[in-house]
Amino acid sequence: MSDRIADPVRFIDERTAAAPAIKKALRYLFPDHWSFLLGEIALYAFIVLIATGTYLALFFEPSVAKTVYHGSYAPLRGREMSEAYKSVLEISLTYKAGLLIRQTHHWAADVFMASIVLHLMRVFFTGAFRKPRELTYLIGLLLLFTSLLEGYLGYSLVDDLLSGIGLAIGYGVLLSLPFVGGPLGILIFGSTFPGKGVFESRMYIAHVFLIPALLATLIGLHLALVAARHHTQFRRDRRHTQRRLVGVPMFPGQAPRSLALLLIVAAVLFLLGGLVQINPIWQWGPFEPWLATNGAQPDWYLGWLIGALRLMPSFDVVVGHYTLIPNPFWGGVAFPLLVLFVLGAFPWIERRLTGDRSSHNLLDRPRDAPNRTAFGVAFLTWVFLVFVFGASDRVYVLFGLSYETLLTAFRVAIWVVPALAFLVVRRLCLQLQHADRIEERREEAEQEAEREHAERVRRREPVL
Amino acid sequence: MSRPAQSPSRRRARPLGAGRLLAMAIALVPVGAGVALAASQNGIVRPTYEPPKPTVALGEELFNANCASCHGIGGTGIEHPRATAGDISGAGPSLKGVGAMAADFYLRNGFMPLENIHTQPGRRRVLFTRKEIAALTAYVAALGNGPGVPHPQPGGGDISEGFKAFTEDCAGCHQSVARGGYVTGARVPPLQKLGPTEIAEAVRIGPYLMPRFTSHQISDPQLNSIIRYVQWTNRPDNRGGWSIGNLGPIPEGLIAWLAAIVLGALCLALGKRFSA
Ligand code: HEC
Ligand code: HEC
Repeated sequence: MSDRIADPVRFIDERTAAAPAIKKALRYLFPDHWSFLLGEIALYAFIVLIATGTYLALFFEPSVAKTVYHGSYAPLRGREMSEAYKSVLEISLTYKAGLLIRQTHHWAADVFMASIVLHLMRVFFTGAFRKPRELTYLIGLLLLFTSLLEGYLGYSLVDDLLSGIGLAIGYGVLLSLPFVGGPLGILIFGSTFPGKGVFESRMYIAHVFLIPALLATLIGLHLALVAARHHTQFRRDRRHTQRRLVGVPMFPGQAPRSLALLLIVAAVLFLLGGLVQINPIWQWGPFEPWLATNGAQPDWYLGWLIGALRLMPSFDVVVGHYTLIPNPFWGGVAFPLLVLFVLGAFPWIERRLTGDRSSHNLLDRPRDAPNRTAFGVAFLTWVFLVFVFGASDRVYVLFGLSYETLLTAFRVAIWVVPALAFLVVRRLCLQLQHADRIEERREEAEQEAEREHAERVRRREPVL
Repeated sequence: MSRPAQSPSRRRARPLGAGRLLAMAIALVPVGAGVALAASQNGIVRPTYEPPKPTVALGEELFNANCASCHGIGGTGIEHPRATAGDISGAGPSLKGVGAMAADFYLRNGFMPLENIHTQPGRRRVLFTRKEIAALTAYVAALGNGPGVPHPQPGGGDISEGFKAFTEDCAGCHQSVARGGYVTGARVPPLQKLGPTEIAEAVRIGPYLMPRFTSHQISDPQLNSIIRYVQWTNRPDNRGGWSIGNLGPIPEGLIAWLAAIVLGALCLALGKRFSA
């Protein structure tokens, strides 16, 4: 019996000499705190994305050649549309499980980004980005921003009305790059917007091959770096030190937990894909440059850019008769680059400000670093408010607050609210620290009293 | 006219001090003195005797009492409201030649009487009875030579044609699935649960900031198709599951975040279960 397992294992080991490496991997220690699983959600959503995406690629037609729809969906019958749009219609309305897979793919993308943001928050607020993990952190940021591009290309491929409007906005932002914008636009789109057929195939190969390959490579590097420097951990008791990691081993501790999480993530995404409608492109119809739909929005992870484009007061930098920096540059390029820069440079900024250059394997609790936590919350609030403003037209329709009022209010609020958030959060952190110290002292006093009590009992002195 | 069981002021009733009583008395006097006809609770002024049939004369009486303050006596329109002009309160357009169509649309849907000329007219509670609306409509129709109430036949329309035309002419303001939205200066209403006549009227009138579409721009058969599509959006094809309002990425983003947070919470459960 045992040979059935031992023999193949020996066969493989003799030919790969992998046993030591595998042994090491199985003994790798994972810190035992739930927040370390947030990054894994992103990883598993990525796996679902690859799996569902592969299925979709079997049926998708990356071509903007015109065709006429004669399928089962009455409101579009007889409409002229691109092959690309038609193939996604067929995936959604005709092919077996096509809609389930397509919706799961889209939900997975939305949840993927959200879980990356959650993971980033965990890393930021616990100071996990500090030396020696700055590279891991930078690669994580790169992953986030590359994923944004990947998602954008994904829904732009479909050539439905929403995606076309999104591309038009993207094209406008591209053109706003000083000096290079115009030529770059032509270079990428193959001609002026909406481009010729070449652009669709460029987006396609980028979306299904180049960027996924890049993402997979970056994920590999990210994980390899995590493993090389080992995980960080919270200091729960005296056993957890800068030099000693306490946790559960890959096997048998972490592996079943991760497997369970993989299955849970897949289950949630497929449930969403099956039960909640996402991007019903048959309701938007095909894109034509002269068409529009009110309240067209990008997927949520690009909403902050729409918010920034809308909030930015309208001014261009003009030199003579030449518009050096057209307005979309601020919201569409400068704003995300600034966010990326602040996040990316943060480990170095913090080191500069605190003078702390040492390595850190132990995590801070958010309250342990009041300035960092307060800044993080303020920064997040800033981006979040800009993001919310991206949906201001819906807010108006739903709640009747006039758009102009909202615009003025937000132009003030995006500065005032983060400042307040900074002060409040910093205060809160200090209060919590203070409460911790009182608690510590109380515990010490209690222990002291107990010891004294025991001592008295031992000496048979009268007990008070 | 029976009073509602609870008037708003009574609901908030507190023990009245002498000062409050005095203030209320002062506030009430001019109102009581100014109303010659019987004013109902909702501000509509009616003649004390209404004939059983909707006559133009009844319409005129109602118009003078409820509409002329903005639209002028005889519906000639008031271009600039004058502060000193008694109860002339606002600048309403001339109604000569707008016809039964406009009156029918604005009155049956509660767009008129407008409370305040600075607000966008829109669906409010209809304050007139059917008979009164018919009378007012007849009166406004008699003011000039205007279009009558249209009789569209959406049954003869083509849904695909309608979807296409709606996307070209209407979706920029009303959203692809007619869920409404915002344009500079106006809230664009969603178009669910509207009757064919109202849709046809709106297209031919162009209320508020909406453009008017003549039969050269949108032919009657095209209009039938559009109406067919608009009514289809009451129950669009949501074969993907829960439609979350057919609004696109905003509610989708909310659900995605909800899912991410639920997954985060499940991590909490997993982490706890396995902790030593
Ligand atoms: C420029 C934007 C714009 C366009 C284009 C437009 N509408 Fe409108 N529409 C509006 C606005 C604004 C209102 C609200 C008017 C009001 O409040 O008085 C409205 C009102 C309506 C109403 C009345 C809604 C109600 O609650 O009674 C209907 C029906 C309607 N539109 C249908 C259409 C159709 C059909 C088209 C295309 C042929 C169209 N609209 C094109 C802006 C637009
Ligand atoms: C507070 C001022 C005000 C009052 C009171 C008022 N209106 Fe109006 N009315 C307006 C304004 C302003 C418009 C233009 C709105 C628009 O463009 O949609 C208008 C538009 C109309 C129109 C459409 C005109 C067109 O060009 O299509 C009709 C019909 C109408 N009113 C009838 C009435 C009737 C009947 C009453 C009385 C029951 C009334 N109004 C009371 C201000 C008023």
